[in-house]
This record gives sequence, structure tokens and C-alpha cells, in this order.
Amino acid sequence: MNIINLQFPCKRKILKSLKSGDQVKINGILYMARDAAHKKMTEEYNESGKYPFDIKNQGIYYAGPAPAAPGRIIGPAGPTTSMRMDSFTPGLLDNGLALMIGKGNRSESVIESIKKNGCVYLAATGGVAALISKSIKRQEIIAYEELGAEALRKIYIEDFPAIVIIDCDGNNLYESGKKEFRKTENNNA
Amino acid sequence: MRIINTKEIIKAVSRMCIEACCEITSEIQDVYQKALGHESSEEGRGVLNQIIENAGIARKENIPVCQDTGMTVVFADIGDKVLFEGQSLKDAINEGVRDGYEKGFLRKSVVTHPLERTNTADNTPAVIYIDIIEGENVKLYVMPKGFGSENMSALAMLKPSDGEKGVIDFIIETIDKAGPNACPPLFVGVGIGGTADKAMIIAKRALLRTPGERSKNQVDAKLEKMLLEKANNLGIGPAGLGGETTVFDIFVESFPTHIAGLPVAVNICCHSLRHREIVI
Repeated sequence: MNIINLQFPCKRKILKSLKSGDQVKINGILYMARDAAHKKMTEEYNESGKYPFDIKNQGIYYAGPAPAAPGRIIGPAGPTTSMRMDSFTPGLLDNGLALMIGKGNRSESVIESIKKNGCVYLAATGGVAALISKSIKRQEIIAYEELGAEALRKIYIEDFPAIVIIDCDGNNLYESGKKEFRKTENNNA
Repeated sequence: MRIINTKEIIKAVSRMCIEACCEITSEIQDVYQKALGHESSEEGRGVLNQIIENAGIARKENIPVCQDTGMTVVFADIGDKVLFEGQSLKDAINEGVRDGYEKGFLRKSVVTHPLERTNTADNTPAVIYIDIIEGENVKLYVMPKGFGSENMSALAMLKPSDGEKGVIDFIIETIDKAGPNACPPLFVGVGIGGTADKAMIIAKRALLRTPGERSKNQVDAKLEKMLLEKANNLGIGPAGLGGETTVFDIFVESFPTHIAGLPVAVNICCHSLRHREIVI
């Protein structure tokens, strides 16, 4: 299978060329945040009109790592379930966020917002956190340190493995993949 | 009577927390390899290869396979001829969790009141189920339960007339809804009967079985085989990318119930099926 090298952040034009089902290796910078950081970021924006970092054209990886053992850059850091971020996501996408990496289904309103704003949703494999942590070469906490594992981090990644789930046209690999292999009469089971 | 010092409990729980989070057993690695041979989806095989590689890295470097090192569930089967000296049993179990999560660099994922959500900073309290059995031994099971999968678990209080079909439909529907969220290929624990709480506890306890181990009850064993086939026809596949391996195994336990009820509990577990046990 063809693997696309994605330097990130990147131009929207490049993001728009990614198709549902494309496998990518990402190099560059992402931000790491999960539920608690999303809530705080959104509250901060509602109060001050600013996020703790400039989210324009950036990407968020939904993860909260385990503690790093001595001598390590970061502990195991696999994706967490994306749907817990759904209520915060359309606001972030409307304000410029370009890419999200997590695992699992997204709500209809998130999918609509992805299409409207020309964004992309990717998945990293859940439960392979030791493997994924090898792609994280540097990390710094940039806000909400008090949240511990849930603090907002900036991460520098090399060959971070991910797959495009929902592209900017709204094509969804979770739907198409399941359909291809489904051998049951009940599609809405 | 036999006297057991609770220091032994602390040591055992601590060690089991770390081992369960960092080492995938050879039985489970065999399940991964077998699935890799069967899976026809290229993306699915890619995910299975990642799962295998990840288990290798975690074991070699003694780091957790997953950042979600879970809320700790402990089943303690206490022999009726055992006396404890030292701390209370519950304090000892929690002390073991505290020690293991610190020493093993495991993530502390437990918050205080669910609506206040302050991290307890040591992954306690554990969820503890105590049972009294005959004899002079203590059998401890430690299961670090991740919430990606726990969140997709479900309970239905069916009507007796819903029967086998109702039970199967609910279980398959729950697996289908879990989809890519719960880190498939899944291990699924099912509890049928008892009360609402009993059904979920036996569903969770069913997850302590070894892959491939069928229920000793013939009705449940037959149900397991039917459910396995149906679940793997859903097409969800490894990581939900589409494929033939949606569940690795399904374990059914049952318990007598009330004339008016048919409780069914489905406790979902990710591909790692983390647990350890010890007899003291």
C-alpha cells in the first residue's frame, strides 16, 4: 500500500488532496489535547477571544500519555476516543483548526464542519501506544500543566503513522470499510 | 485457619498491575498471529501487525502497551479458613495499586467525584469484588480496565419472551455500536441473568478467561460460537477500518434469574485483554 508522507502543518490544498483510506506518515508539529484541555481551551476562548496557541492551520492529536520513565521523551501515547471531543470540535474548526487525529466515530455535526471548513480527520491505531510514542521526538507542555496527563502539549513528530478516516468531502472509511466486509442483513444493527 | 499478612497482597497486586499493563501473554499473542493469517483486509492486517509490534516493544522496554492503563478492577476470592494480619484487605489492595502505578510509570486515570473530577493521583480506589470460597487460599485477579472499551459496554433488561434471539440481537447491536471506538478486535464478556448488577459483574468476570476457553455450560458455549460468527460478520475489522476480525473472542456466563426478567450485560474489552491472577 502506498504511504503518503505528510509534512505538517501544510497548505489546505494538500489536506484537501488527502482521501479517506489514505495511509500517511506525518512529520512536523502537532498539539496534544483531550477532553479536559478541550474544555479549558474553549472556556479560555469564550472569555478572552484567544486560545492558548494559534490554532490556525494546526492539528490536534487526541491523547493523554502515560508518565515517561526516566530517560524517555514521553510515555506511551496512543489515541483516545474522539467522540468525547465532538462538542468542542466545530468551534475549533470554524476558528481555523485543520486536522485532528484520534480514534473512533465522529458526530454528524463534526462531519459537517469538516466538510464546511475543508479539514481532515485521521486515526492512529488504538492500543498501540508504545509503538506510536517512538514517533514523538520532543514534547513540551504549553498550558494546563495542572491537568497532568491531560495537559496541553506541543509535540514534534517523525513518521507518525495514521490513516485518513474522514476527508474534506465527508467520505468516511469507518463506513466504507465496514460495508465492504459486512456479511449481515441488518445494516443498522 | 491460615494467617496471611496483607504485605503479600500489596506486593502481588503491585506486580500484577505492572505486568498486566506491560506484557501481553503468549496466549493472546497467539490470537494475534492466528488472526493475521485469516484476515483478508490489507488495512486490517496492517493494524494487526502494529498490535504485534507494539506488544514486542512494550515487553522489551517494560512500558505499558497502552497509555490508558485503566481503572483497576480486582476480584478477590477469599478462602473461608483465611485470616488476614496487617491492614484491612481493601486498604492492602489499594496500597498495591498505588505502588504498582507509581513504580510501573502507569497513567493515573481515576478522578474523585464523577462530577467534580479531581485526579486522585494514585489510580485508587480500585473497584473490588470480594467473594468467599472454601479453603485456605486467596485467589486474586487484577484487571486494569481501559475506558475506551468500558464506555461502549451496555446493559439491557430484556423480557423473558425476548428469548435467545433478543439476547443475541442486543449483544451484536452493542458490538456494532462499539465499532471503532473500543479498539477492535475486541474481547467481549457477556453476563446473562441474575439482577442488573449481577449480570454486569459476571460479564466482567467472564473477561478473566483465556482466549479459546469455552463455557462449561453447554447453552452458553453454543451461544458463544453463534455470537462469534455473527460478530465477525459485522465487517468492522481491526481498528474499525473494515475486515473479518471484529472480535477475537466472546465469553458468556450465566446465572439464575427472576421469573419476570432476562438481564443481559455486555462488557467490552479492547484487543489487549489485560489481566493477571495469583493464588496466595
